[in-house]
Amino acid sequence: MLLTAPFRKIARDGLWNNNIVFGQNLALCPLLAVTGTATNGLGMGLATLLVITASNGLISVARHLIPSEIRIPIFVLLIAALVTLVDMLMNAWAHELYKVLGLFIALIVTNCALLGRAEAFASKQPVKEAVWDGFMMGLGFTLVLVALGAAREISSAGTLFANASVLLGERFRFLELTVITDYKGFLLMALPPGGFIMVAFLIVGKRLIDQKLTQRKAQRKDISIASQGETG
Amino acid sequence: MKLDSARIEQLRTTAATYLAWLKAWLAPVHLAQLRPMLKFQTGVLAGFALLASVLLGITNCTTQGTIQQRLEEDLQQSLEEVVPASWYDNVMQHDIVTLDSSDYNLGANETTVYLAKKAGKITAVCFKFTAPDGYSGAINMIMGLDRQGTLLGVRVLSHKETPGLGDKIEVAKSNWILSFVGRSLATMSASQWAVKKDGGDIDQFAGATITPRKAVQAIYRGLHLFKENQALLLKQ
Repeated sequence: MLLTAPFRKIARDGLWNNNIVFGQNLALCPLLAVTGTATNGLGMGLATLLVITASNGLISVARHLIPSEIRIPIFVLLIAALVTLVDMLMNAWAHELYKVLGLFIALIVTNCALLGRAEAFASKQPVKEAVWDGFMMGLGFTLVLVALGAAREISSAGTLFANASVLLGERFRFLELTVITDYKGFLLMALPPGGFIMVAFLIVGKRLIDQKLTQRKAQRKDISIASQGETG
Repeated sequence: MKLDSARIEQLRTTAATYLAWLKAWLAPVHLAQLRPMLKFQTGVLAGFALLASVLLGITNCTTQGTIQQRLEEDLQQSLEEVVPASWYDNVMQHDIVTLDSSDYNLGANETTVYLAKKAGKITAVCFKFTAPDGYSGAINMIMGLDRQGTLLGVRVLSHKETPGLGDKIEVAKSNWILSFVGRSLATMSASQWAVKKDGGDIDQFAGATITPRKAVQAIYRGLHLFKENQALLLKQ
């Protein structure tokens, strides 16, 4: 591994252990609102990834300047300004992408995960760690959004990555799959309640995997202790 | 003022002094002493607010023109989509009439109508209109009509409807909006101008009720705007 131990831990936390959705149960509002399809999940994930990395970096740079009494208004101010900035710049210079992602960008302001990372991590850590944390948290969030979007899309419409070519360009048309042909559709999964149900399944799945991992670790310890006993 | 080597040296030392002072001021130890002071806190909050507004102001000024240009390109593209290319030979954005539309609940009190002309004769009109009561805000649309008031095409320009559900009104996501081609006030009664759920003739789509309903109602009001002003528009 190229990364040092603290950076590896940040990556593991962001992607799995302390994942925004699975670990912290944050950002459920944008999560449930946009994950009707995998493509929308990916769009929201990428937009969030960009903004959370930048906001973590910015807040870490200014962390010595910010008194703890007024940190929340300053964080909110910085995040809102950043989101508006990205919104305007994308509208002007990446207009085609904006027409697709534009819907999601304004939603990022309501994402409490950004404020959470600013408060819990970026305001206390050096810039490099903070940016890396933002990136990994964003990446972990994107993966959850895509997984949830895919699960809901398959169960509600029987397709996967529908309209991906609108978001990513014609070259990604191969991503658009019809998983279940002649599927009648299951509307509940496309609506927010379906999102709640599916996210619950995913969280249970994550907990089960964690449990298995701890059990296996404990077993291995038992075996090694036992074998030590034998040789000793 | 002449810049000889002595002068440059002097400037360099001044700059170094300021830099050293700034560095000392920004040192974490010094800032830790300042942070509990009310004066400092007020200043910091004001400073960040100023920084944010200046940054947003500059960005707004620099991107405004480009965004305007992009929106005009979008408009041009939309005009081309709702009126077939063989129907006109003029630049529609330059042939405009403004109508009073305050009684039609189309979002604006004035509606700009773009005229499509072939060999100087009006063949079609198109105008932008808004369903102000969409599921999550205004739905901005454009429609093209022939001289008799039959729809040549309708497109959604921008909206804030739910991604994955209400956004099926976009032609990129679903061909629902194409089903309006050929419809008019003459061929359908007032009660038929509604989604099937409300007893009308127009399909809705899965997952969204309000979005297609409000879009249909706005198109219906738009057709009336044309009908009331038909004589005036086609006289030109």
